[in-house]
Amino acid sequence: MGSTNSTLSKIPNAGDLMQETGFSPAHIVRLYDRYKALDKDKKGHLCPQDFGAIKELAMNPISDRIIGAFFSSGQEVLDFPSFVRILAHFRPVDKNRPKDPNSPEHINSRSNKLKFIFQLYDQDKDGKISRQELLQVLRTMLEKQVTEEQLESIADRTIQEADLDRDDAISFDEFRKSMEKVNIEHKMSIRFLR
Amino acid sequence: MAPYSQLSFLLTVLLIFGALCVTSKVQIQSSSERQSASSNTGSTGESTSNSSASITTVPIVTWKWHHVETPYLVALWILVCWLCKLMAQLNSKLKSFFPESALLIISGFILGGIVWGADKAQTFKLVPRNFFYFLLPQIILDTGYFMPNKLFFSNLGAILVHAVIGTCWNAAAVGISLWGCYLGGAMGNLQIGLLQFLLFGSLLAAVDPVAVIAVFEEVHVNEVLFIWVFGESLLNDGVTVVLYNVFDAFVSLGGEKINAGEIIKGIVSFFVVAFGGSLIGVVFAILISLLTKYTGKVQIIEAGFIFVLGYLSYLTAEMLSLSAILSVTFCGVCCQKYVNANMDEKSVTAVRYAMKVFANGSETMIFVFLGVTAIDTDIWVWNTGFILLTLLFVLVYRFMGVFFLTWILNRYRLVPIELIDQIVMSFGGLRGAVAYGLAASLDETRIKEKNLMITTTLIVVYFTVILQGLTMKPLVKWLKVKRVSPTELKLIEKVNNRAFEHILAAMEDISGRIGDNWWTRGWKRFEDTYITWFLMKPEARKNRDYLFSIFHKLNLEDAINYVTEAEKRGSLAFLNQTDGTIVNFEKKLRFSGVMPDIMSELDFGNNNVQPTSVIQDTVPSVSLNIHEHEMKRMNEDFNAHHLLQQHLYRSRKNHRHKYSRSNFSINQSEDEVQEIFQRTMRSRLESFKSAKMGVTPAKKITKHPKKDPNHKMSNGKTTDKSKKHPYGDEDFEFSEADSAYSGDGGATGGSSQRRGTYTMGGVENPAFMPEMDTPPPPWVTEAEADTSVAPSQGAQRYLPWSPRNLHRLAPLRISDRSTDSFLMADAPATEESSEESPQQPSQRDGTHM
Repeated sequence: MGSTNSTLSKIPNAGDLMQETGFSPAHIVRLYDRYKALDKDKKGHLCPQDFGAIKELAMNPISDRIIGAFFSSGQEVLDFPSFVRILAHFRPVDKNRPKDPNSPEHINSRSNKLKFIFQLYDQDKDGKISRQELLQVLRTMLEKQVTEEQLESIADRTIQEADLDRDDAISFDEFRKSMEKVNIEHKMSIRFLR
Repeated sequence: MAPYSQLSFLLTVLLIFGALCVTSKVQIQSSSERQSASSNTGSTGESTSNSSASITTVPIVTWKWHHVETPYLVALWILVCWLCKLMAQLNSKLKSFFPESALLIISGFILGGIVWGADKAQTFKLVPRNFFYFLLPQIILDTGYFMPNKLFFSNLGAILVHAVIGTCWNAAAVGISLWGCYLGGAMGNLQIGLLQFLLFGSLLAAVDPVAVIAVFEEVHVNEVLFIWVFGESLLNDGVTVVLYNVFDAFVSLGGEKINAGEIIKGIVSFFVVAFGGSLIGVVFAILISLLTKYTGKVQIIEAGFIFVLGYLSYLTAEMLSLSAILSVTFCGVCCQKYVNANMDEKSVTAVRYAMKVFANGSETMIFVFLGVTAIDTDIWVWNTGFILLTLLFVLVYRFMGVFFLTWILNRYRLVPIELIDQIVMSFGGLRGAVAYGLAASLDETRIKEKNLMITTTLIVVYFTVILQGLTMKPLVKWLKVKRVSPTELKLIEKVNNRAFEHILAAMEDISGRIGDNWWTRGWKRFEDTYITWFLMKPEARKNRDYLFSIFHKLNLEDAINYVTEAEKRGSLAFLNQTDGTIVNFEKKLRFSGVMPDIMSELDFGNNNVQPTSVIQDTVPSVSLNIHEHEMKRMNEDFNAHHLLQQHLYRSRKNHRHKYSRSNFSINQSEDEVQEIFQRTMRSRLESFKSAKMGVTPAKKITKHPKKDPNHKMSNGKTTDKSKKHPYGDEDFEFSEADSAYSGDGGATGGSSQRRGTYTMGGVENPAFMPEMDTPPPPWVTEAEADTSVAPSQGAQRYLPWSPRNLHRLAPLRISDRSTDSFLMADAPATEESSEESPQQPSQRDGTHM
């Protein structure tokens, strides 16, 4: 614990960050190391190119969207707290963690996880997944053999399933309803090393 | 309950008949000094007057019981066992609180009692050889083949820990504790040593997959719990058999000769047997996959290869004294994906159903015979201390093992297994036929107390299957175990699941951790590049995108529902209605002469679809229980076939009752095909013309129709091959292509779906549109077709699926999904629907959420 504590003291606002995200000190230190490793030029922040340099990530079909999720609203730089906050979406939900009645929901709550996915689709940030937006995601995710026509019909059908108010787009509410049966808490979580 | 009493009557008659046969056989047997029950010669005692030893005249009919005796008895027993299952299923009151396996065992008691009453001895027993060679393999193959692979492999670590360590723990703990009690004098004087106790412990350690599935399938627990219990029970069978063999070898070696070297050999052989068996299974899985790449030519027996090779993998492993159960398990698990992709859709269906028939059939027989076997005075040796202590230890150590192992595993799990789940898991430690089979195959010369062991094993089996099975449902309810909420297939969920995979993998990359998702992805990539290339047909490779196949499946379901709906409303002619008025059922029915049973179905109106059928329709994704679900679809499918054949072309139908050993083609004359085709083409041409002015200009006309239909509409494929392909007509090809892409293409998508399903004309269509517009059915007359053709926006206002009709029909629906998609298909278009729309959200909320 000694080394953990000494590293922890170097990280600004570590205490608040842990409070906010629920990461343990060991998690934070580990993520900080990772953060610094990604920041190759030692500029003190991350930019999209740093993510692009991760070899495995580059092969991910929706990598640009995921990287985009880290850089909200036109920012070109990412500091450590934001980095941790984004990753905190993927912490497993823990029942024991007490919830402050006056504080907002935990970052890793179900609806926050859903919001994260939703904004991956919703690129123009109008609060709706339009047919076009869904189609783009599908195009990248599905294998090449699926033709454009098929893609379109899959997109149509997907929208139909969720679209309750028939505006040919999926709002967040509709999105949440359509995913009601899915165990998001489980499916949107990864284990972080301590 | 009329069918029930009739059935019980039938069963009684059969039983009496069977008992008569048996009695006569036994009489002969005793006189003719035959030993084996199966190979004795038969009776002349009950023969008709003509048969006698020396023939004086030419017999017209002779009674040759002994000729057919063995197969006859086998068939009779199969029939009786299956009737027992039927009775158990029919009696819904009993079924609601009794698990089926328990009911079967109890009916086994009754049957055994009857046989015993007739023979004064138990002539029928579950012989280990029959059990291991003829009853068990198909069950294990079935479970392997239908294993939810992703779930299985993502939990493989935990399953292995439970299956290997848990089983060893159980065997050792039970054996040693019993030995300790024996030394303490709790069970009197027995000729039994530590090794025998360990052997006994190992045969009791196996949680039986048959019993476990039978119980857990009924309670629908959540999927992680299910796969843990199920996977464990499947793998630990293999482990138990291995353990049993090792201890058996030790016992025959004798206590004195066992030294450290032998023990190490035993441990080594444990691993060799287990992994070797699995490896054999994988090898056979590769063989099957490779073979199915080429079996398209003999499509009619294609399905059989799976069974033969699966069985061979079992026998091969047995021959090499490797674990046969593990072999056939992994054979099924590994081959399923490639087999399903390689084979024709029909063969896949054939395999699925045949597999279920075999597995369920032999499962039923196993349970019944577990009951029958008990009614026998020979095997019952009572030793209160031994039996009760065994029961106690088996239960207690199961709990201890599960809790301890789960506690360790939970430290490494993302989502820990909760205490409640652990209790259910421990409680689900049902012992079954494998334990009995092993006990019965003990060697009496070496193990003096064999009968006591059999007795105890049987009691443990009955206790766990009947009592624990009985209390499982209440327990699950009482503990409020997380259950699988019956969900239906939704494309949006699947799309998002795909997105999750990518997102999680990306997050692991970013956070710099090599985790499960990394492994999954790495494997997937390896599989994509090498394995699928090696094991899959090229055309299957193209078609294998999972999301697409889900989409395809949903569309097929919709198409079927669409037609079912249409038939419920009287006749398919309603499709042509232009203003959405309600069909006059009576008139249509009389007109088309639909059979009376359709009438009666209509008479019941709204209440004829019971809520149960709706529930049954939504089988949870992990459930291996496909039969109810699929059966229903088959039925509908079949009904439609029947209707179409019966009524559509009656006037000129010349039934050529064609028998073909290798083909299933519906007998449909060439003329009919041609005519249907031409009509369709004509109507499509019309629709194309009208659509041309309308919405979208025709898209890429070229090449798609050629390429796409083959892999999408594999349903229609075979009929096409056997006949002259309609596409052969050059003239029509262009119009087909045109209409397919005209407008929004919806109409043609819909109609091609249906035609594909019923293999009506073999006309295939690449456009796969979820909107079910008004497809001009091929069988409507020309005049009618002209009024309803255009799938253009303008025509959509006259959809028959206008909400006014729909909400009347809603209670009749089998699956609400189709309601939704149809409703939504209307959405963009019509004024009518917007008038009616206030009613729909409420309805949808009711059915959907």
